[in-house]
Amino acid sequence: MAQKVLMKGNEAMAEAAMRAGCRHFFGYPITPQTEVAAYMAKMMPKVGGTYLQAESEVAAINMVYGASAAGARVMTSSSSPGISLKSEGISYMAGADLPGVIINVQRGGPGLGGIQPSQADYWQATKATGHGDFQIVVFAPSTVQEMADYAFEAFDVADRYRVPVMILADGMLGQMMEPVVLPEAIDPADLPAKPWATCGHGHARPHNVANSLYLTAAALEDLNRERYERYGAIKAAEQRAECYRTEDADIVLVAFGGAARVARSAVNAARERGIKAGLVRPITLWPFPEDTLAEALDHAKAALVVEMNMGQMVEDVRLVANGTVPVEFYGRTGGVIPAPEEVLAAVEALSGKVGE
Amino acid sequence: MDRELQCVIAGFGGQGSLFAGKVIATAGLIEDREVSWMPSYGPEMRGGTANCSVTLSDEPIGSPLVLHPNALIALNQPSFDKFLPTVAEGGIVVADTAMVPELREAPGVTVVGIPAAKLCEEAGIKGLGNIVLIGKLWAAFPFCGQEALEGALAQVAGKKPAMLEKNKIALELGMKA
Repeated sequence: MAQKVLMKGNEAMAEAAMRAGCRHFFGYPITPQTEVAAYMAKMMPKVGGTYLQAESEVAAINMVYGASAAGARVMTSSSSPGISLKSEGISYMAGADLPGVIINVQRGGPGLGGIQPSQADYWQATKATGHGDFQIVVFAPSTVQEMADYAFEAFDVADRYRVPVMILADGMLGQMMEPVVLPEAIDPADLPAKPWATCGHGHARPHNVANSLYLTAAALEDLNRERYERYGAIKAAEQRAECYRTEDADIVLVAFGGAARVARSAVNAARERGIKAGLVRPITLWPFPEDTLAEALDHAKAALVVEMNMGQMVEDVRLVANGTVPVEFYGRTGGVIPAPEEVLAAVEALSGKVGE
Repeated sequence: MDRELQCVIAGFGGQGSLFAGKVIATAGLIEDREVSWMPSYGPEMRGGTANCSVTLSDEPIGSPLVLHPNALIALNQPSFDKFLPTVAEGGIVVADTAMVPELREAPGVTVVGIPAAKLCEEAGIKGLGNIVLIGKLWAAFPFCGQEALEGALAQVAGKKPAMLEKNKIALELGMKA
């Protein structure tokens, strides 16, 4: 087995991206994602890649657009306010069917907010990373190992469906160190060809165009419909979630990323107190793991959604529950990490309310 | 003895609290246990203090932020004052009395003071009080095997052989103090 190393989440994502064949990184500094860019700055020159600190986030995402259009595996990284600035470019990438990986190491918001861990960009990531009819795939890792695994896999998913893919992390996951086994490196030369790429071909074929401007309404509608068929395929094939002690759970906690780590501790503490609690942890936030969650809620009495925000994913959980069980929310925001005992208290209160 | 370690290491920036945390975390890695290391990176750092949370466990770790440590390494007075009330019952506090002149007791908590910075200065290894305190903590609460701890020190501080020698002396000073 490959060796375990101790790494920060931010560094693990950067290293895994390079191992996935990413040779181009365009960014702009912001806390708490700094180590992603710092790692790329140090390592990219060693493999003949590009690290470029752009003049702004807007410039960086448009460089990602360009490199992706040319067929390269490319990544950018930022934290919450910086992602807002990149959102125009992400919409353009979606509109031009360009793959690419975007990391968001979330911090408290809105506005400049703070620099402490947060999950307040759930809506932005899953509903509206920019204007227009589109979705991006969103992975929500919960450990440094998963940060490496999904940063690696994100490139495959992006290329397979020609969509931007986001890794939605938070300041806690980005800054912490855990043991991690890094994925085997891929040689970019071994990656499948991209027949749509706008790379040089010596007049061997009609030229390709990367474009998101379509002035004919009917043509744009057709294109959007075609893209939504692809989204349907993603929904069918790419939903991921982890279930923990849900088999007989009366109270199903639902939490992702850093908050899921706290929720897991609360589940164990609740079990010790005789409350049958379990945890569904969405790993893909879009597509939302509807089937796994529906199954876990099927025999539950209530759900408790735990987030580091004022209540965002809770709406998607309510859509899945569709009135069958009460869905309550516990959250901390602004950069505060909930304590396991606070979550336990919320579980106990809910358990008392829904009865035996 | 339960070896689960939930440790907070706190001091001024430059005293090596994050580094000390990394040594302990690496010891956990060597023993193939569950490990998390989480630095403070927020506004408290701007105030000149730096701290980190380290957990070594046999179970998957929930929040990496240690709220109720069973071990506290305090490198200065403000850190001692801030974190002493958070230490769990049965926990241990190791403080550098050269930097923490006012040691206090807390109910159910063992408070151990050694003049780590001063011991280092006398031994000609100035600035390694953080490693002395790790040694002292380990002697009172062997949260990992001795080989793992020494191996971790070699991994984390081993880039310059001369520095590693000094670190080894510091660890031993703490273990025997």
